[in-house]
Order: sequence, then structure tokens, then C-alpha cells
Amino acid sequence: MNKKVANAEEACKGIENGMTLMLGGFGLCGIPENSISELVNLNVKELTCISNNAGVDDFGLGLLLQKKQIKKMISSYVGENDEFERQMLSGELEVDLIPQGSLAERCRAGGAGIPAFFTPAGYGTEVAEGKEVREFNGKPHILESALTADFAIVKAWKGDTAGNLVFKGTARNFNPMMAMAGTITIAEVEELVEPGELNPNEIHTAGIFVQRIFQGTGYEKRIEQRTVRPKN
Amino acid sequence: MLSKTQIAQRIAQELQNGWYVNLGIGIPTLVANYIPKGIEVEFQSENGILGMGPFPIEGTEDADLINAGKQTITALPGAVYFDSATSFAMIRGQHVQLTVLGGMEVSETGDIANWKIPGKMVKGMGGAMDLVASADNIIVAMMHTNRAGESKLLKKCSLPLTGVACVKKIVTNLAVLEIVEAGFKLIERAPGVSVEEIKNATEGNLIIDGEIPEMVL
Repeated sequence: MNKKVANAEEACKGIENGMTLMLGGFGLCGIPENSISELVNLNVKELTCISNNAGVDDFGLGLLLQKKQIKKMISSYVGENDEFERQMLSGELEVDLIPQGSLAERCRAGGAGIPAFFTPAGYGTEVAEGKEVREFNGKPHILESALTADFAIVKAWKGDTAGNLVFKGTARNFNPMMAMAGTITIAEVEELVEPGELNPNEIHTAGIFVQRIFQGTGYEKRIEQRTVRPKN
Repeated sequence: MLSKTQIAQRIAQELQNGWYVNLGIGIPTLVANYIPKGIEVEFQSENGILGMGPFPIEGTEDADLINAGKQTITALPGAVYFDSATSFAMIRGQHVQLTVLGGMEVSETGDIANWKIPGKMVKGMGGAMDLVASADNIIVAMMHTNRAGESKLLKKCSLPLTGVACVKKIVTNLAVLEIVEAGFKLIERAPGVSVEEIKNATEGNLIIDGEIPEMVL
């Protein structure tokens, strides 16, 4: 099945105001740079964005925040973005902060047909407010519901035109679960190959979860914290 | 009194052979620099790596290889990458033997607050709530008092909680303490710090049982 589209513009067709989007990445690692630029171009507004982080002021989802395209963020950590904090504290931006493991599992569940699950994370904290609590093996757990999205936008290292994906290093993070949870999943990859060129033993995300795929260009891959040891 | 580096050094003495360990941001990260001789541990970072190595040699850093603090890192031989759901399966499923994290406040019943100061700092909990809710063994690395000199070891946390009744041990600049049923049990004193000083810096119930040894670094 050929899911190849020409570029981000073609891939993002159908994304409209008010939609819910999932965007892969951890910090700026493994984010769909090309598609985020296209969302800025499209100037779609009132978006609900599900993403572990919110980028930095001038990169990643920070670009959408600057243009006030996001109505609501569902994230686990947003510490690196001053504009985010400003919009949140002033009430312009609705924010749902959820534990990182619960966020990952809620996306996974959404893609896996599990409507909800119990987790110990957040019990006894404000995260548990309004949620059902049940004890298993003597330990309290809270009920968390699955997340899905109109569009899930993920970034992989390599992919084939059938939508099979291979990730690199820690750029995998939320991408595989989000790929499963999108009604339409867009995958942008650094290298797009023909079916048969990827080793089926080494594919991380099966093409069944991906509806559109394209080879991105001009990846900046910005590093947030460059920590190194000297050469000698 | 211990420096932040020495707090990390003291926590490293707790490492046991064969453990998988998750280190939080700040002082906990420094623990990796003091693994005792003959002890083999593997570090897990919740963004998706097991077998995390030191920072890369200048010029070899890779944007696709970072830790949970978004710092560039390396992978040791035998390392593995995985997605976030698998990462938290390791954590929630108690496959990780030790979690070390920072704290703003700890209560005498083992509650911890370290993610939010209402109206001031709202950065999010990241993976901290999953980590503290699940880990069997949690050590908190922190200063005994805040900048205003007020105790961070309290009867009850005043800040929004990260987790309930989960902390097992605390290593501060003044002492090593364990959470027991009745409160903070004083285990060791930092070099040159008296029991009296620790008492004065601890708001929660401090249990002093016999002679308290000085820690050896």
C-alpha cells in the first residue's frame, strides 16, 4: 500500500481549526519539524495539542504558541517555554498536565482499543481529583482514560512508502504510541525508502498505523542542553 | 555540612550490584559519577534509554541521543532504546530497583512535593509522579532547609504533592534519614554537624535512637 505524499503541505491537508492533534517528541528530540512549520503556514487555530512538551520559545510547538494557534495543551512538562508559562498563568491557554507515564499509556491505550486503565501514578495528588480510585493488591490506583486525536503527527528516522517506521536513539519516545492513536497519522522521515528495503525484524512501528508518509527536508534538530566532555 | 556533590557521593554508597537505577535531574544526576568500585549498575532515563553513558566527547554529540533532562549523552555497550510506554512499563512494573530524585518538601509520612509552586512555578510533573508511585526504593536528594532557612522535612507538605507515603530515605546536606512509622529516623550525621543542628533544621518528628554516627565519604 503506497502512503507516500509529496511533502508536509500535502500531508497536513484536512487539518482544521479546533482539531485535536498529537505531536511526537521529547523536548526537541524527535519532533516533526516539517509538519510543525506547515501548521504555522496553515495558521489553523483553536488546536488541542497532545505532546509531552511544548517546545521552546522559538522552536517546536513554541512556534504555534507564539501565533496563539493553541487553545489547549495536554503535556507532562512544559518548563522550557516562557511564552507557554505566560499564556497559562494569564489563562489564555488551557493546560492539562498529566504524569508522563500516564500520558504515554493513555496514547497507547487510545491506539490499542483500551478505553481506560488504572495506574498508581498521581494517587493522592491533584491529578487524581475527580477520578475513580480503586485498590488492587492493597494499593490505590486511579482511573485514566485513553487519548486519541484527529491527526497524529510523528517523526521517524527511516520509513518506507508502506508506512513502516524505524526510529533512532531516544528520538523514538512518544512517536510510536501517538502513531497508533491518530485517526489519520502523518509520519515524516529523514529517509524514505521502497518496501522491502527495511528489515522487517527491525521495524518499530508497523505501517498499519500510518496513513501518510513523506520525506522531510532541512532538519535542524536543535539541541536543548549541549553537554559534552572535552576532547582530551 | 555536605556539598551537593557530596550528597550524590553519599547516595552512590546505596547502589547495589545488578540494580537498574533512574536518576532525576539536578543532584541525582551526579550520583553516576561515584559508582563504588566493583558495583555494576545500569542507568535508565525515562525518555527511552537503558545503559546511559557519560556526556559525549565534544564534537560527537547527537541531537537524537539525550536524557530526561534534555542533555546530550552517550549509550554504553549493551544499551537499548525504547518508547515512552515501554519506559514507564519498566518503572511502574517495578523493574527499576532505585529511583533518586530531588525534593522541595518531604513529610514525616513519606509524602513528597517537588513539581509545583502554585502561581509561581508550574512546569509540570514530567515522570516524577509515575516514578514515586511505583518505585520500591526511593531516595530523595535535597538540601535540609530552603533558602529562607526553613525546614524542608515537615510534618505535612504545604506544596501540591507528587506522591503519597512513598519516600524511603533522604540524604540532605546535614544527614541521612529513613522514613519510619513515627517519622524521620536519623541514621547518620554529615561530618561536623551535630544532632542538635539537625534537630533544629527538622520540623517533622525526628527520631534519635542512641549514638548517631558521622557518615564516611
